Amino acid sequence: METNNKKQKHATAYWKENLKYLAILLPIWFIVSYGAGILFKDWLDQFQIGGFKLGFWFAQQGSIYVFIILIFVYVRLMNKLDKKYGFDK
Amino acid sequence: MDAQTLTYIFVGVSFAIYIGIAIWSRAGSTKEFYVAGGGVSPLANGMATAADWMSAASFISMAGIISFMGYDGSVFLMGWTGGFVLLALLLAPYLRKFGKFTVPDFIGDRYYSKTARFVAVFCALIVSFTYIAGQMRGVGVVFSRFLEVEIETGVIIGMVIVLFYAVLGGMKGITYTQVAQYCVLIFAFLVPAIFISFQATGNPIPMFGMGDTLASQPDTYMLDKLDGLSKELGFNEYTEGSKSMIDVLAITLALMVGTAGLPHVIVRFFTVKRVKDARKSAGYALLFIGILYITAPAVASFGKLNLIETVNQKDYAEMPEWFTTWEDLGLLAWTDKNADGKIQYLGKAKEGGDALTGIPAFQDSKRGESGQRLVTNPSENKNELYVDNDIMVMANPEIADLPNWVFALVAAGCLAAALSTAAGLLLVISSSVSHDLIKKMVYPKISDKGELIAARLSATGAVVIAGYFGINPPGFVAAVVALAFGLAAASFFPAIILGIFYKRMNKEGAVAGMIVGISLMLFYMLKFKFDFFGGGTKEDWWFGISPEGFGTVAMIFNFIVSIVISKFTAPPPADVQEMVENVRIPSGAKEASGH
Repeated sequence: METNNKKQKHATAYWKENLKYLAILLPIWFIVSYGAGILFKDWLDQFQIGGFKLGFWFAQQGSIYVFIILIFVYVRLMNKLDKKYGFDK
Repeated sequence: MDAQTLTYIFVGVSFAIYIGIAIWSRAGSTKEFYVAGGGVSPLANGMATAADWMSAASFISMAGIISFMGYDGSVFLMGWTGGFVLLALLLAPYLRKFGKFTVPDFIGDRYYSKTARFVAVFCALIVSFTYIAGQMRGVGVVFSRFLEVEIETGVIIGMVIVLFYAVLGGMKGITYTQVAQYCVLIFAFLVPAIFISFQATGNPIPMFGMGDTLASQPDTYMLDKLDGLSKELGFNEYTEGSKSMIDVLAITLALMVGTAGLPHVIVRFFTVKRVKDARKSAGYALLFIGILYITAPAVASFGKLNLIETVNQKDYAEMPEWFTTWEDLGLLAWTDKNADGKIQYLGKAKEGGDALTGIPAFQDSKRGESGQRLVTNPSENKNELYVDNDIMVMANPEIADLPNWVFALVAAGCLAAALSTAAGLLLVISSSVSHDLIKKMVYPKISDKGELIAARLSATGAVVIAGYFGINPPGFVAAVVALAFGLAAASFFPAIILGIFYKRMNKEGAVAGMIVGISLMLFYMLKFKFDFFGGGTKEDWWFGISPEGFGTVAMIFNFIVSIVISKFTAPPPADVQEMVENVRIPSGAKEASGH
């Protein structure tokens, strides 16, 4: 019973931390695509990186780079979290 | 060697590899057939997912579409990649932990209901069939273009190949052929892109070349030049859009969520060993997909610039050889509206627009004064040039005057893209029938061997049906493929997400939500795409959202209906709630099983 209870607590805490990560990463996902690539595209277009207008760059290149990074960051965070709560076995 | 011979060699060798892999990795049990035995490495699974995901449309059409839409084409770039973030963060790890074979398996168990399972099977079949018909057509087009056989023959050859390795190898065979197909297709996409980027800007990396200055005019950025030319000819500036913002938002979201809800993509995450492998393979998948997706806009912009510079205000007689090749295939057409022998390529602001009313209708009894093919359906405006989207990728090697082997490579790449996606979809169709319908609903006592036979028979049946649609394409295929995402977004996505993140979610809510979502999407699609229910035009769109973006609205309705109904009905039984808690933690993931 004792161990079961502990396991339950671990599971709850694990889930909470997982949701916290999502609450940080998903807004970034939203901001680089819907924000920078669409909603604020026109405003960002006044800046340039190389030959790219910035908003256009986010829409056609930048958002994709960030998406890839986001997933690998999540993979790392979760691998650590799995270890912390002993769910990695 | 000439291009034709090289193409035969490249395509022949790649097919031989696929068949060899299929024989080596044939499936011996339903577990191998449905989920490749459950022991695929994350890297291999990432590659296979990438090939599975990138269809003929991604490979052949997307760069062309972006080329003509400019900024508006970004909806495809963001939409078809951003979905993987949702998959990795919200779906894949939990579905892997759940550990069954199919998406309807999850829906059926999570919502403890045969009705829910049946609705899910129905949605999976609709989504997969709309998608696969387009793939078989793609195979046919590539064969007819590159190998000069009839489209019908091309479709049949494609059917035989897919049949061979999908039926024999099941998911196991498909996975390892897809790894090979990914390598072929990405190489085939990058090589011409690198050549073209280098020619135009001196920068061999296409995604950077796109933002570089022109080799011929070192003071001018390539994109500025393209913006300038586009404006001069009366088109939108390339880096500006013409769609309304709300529609761009809706389409992007529908594509993202649809991607995350496509059964043939989700099922790939059942094939890895552990939960952490599922997360990691989503990362690899997006990395491998991203390589093509950040190159495509470069191909699109270089292609557009090359096209404008080659054709505009030039005599038809001066056109390079590729122009007439594509004209013969009906993917290019020129109609000399002002009878000056020169090609005028003009956008709306310069009294241009669509050069023809629809696709070219050729009148081949005689040729025009300059030797062009005559069309019978010119439009009223001043634009004289019709260009098919698909030409950008397929004609690029010729437009840029690249060596013959590049041309042959592109042919093999197109086929790899179309075949890999077709195979993945076939597997979903066959497992929906043999596993979800026969094993889980109609005849649960069937033995593993019997189920395997049923799976192979249904895969065969699905290939034949898909081939039929490939040879006799219903006019709406192209229109419907884009809508498959809306259907997936409107049906599966909310049911899966709520199933994981909202423990209180019950069967009444989920079933009602899925039915409302998919019905609403089907209704909107039929009304505005196929003129049912009184039809309607752009002005009648709800909230100004096109049918392509409507999946977003239908999904929101699905969410609302699901949550409201579940609030007013009984909570799910204790064992289901326990299952949800269990799905949320990664340890103790059993290998996928059907029991």
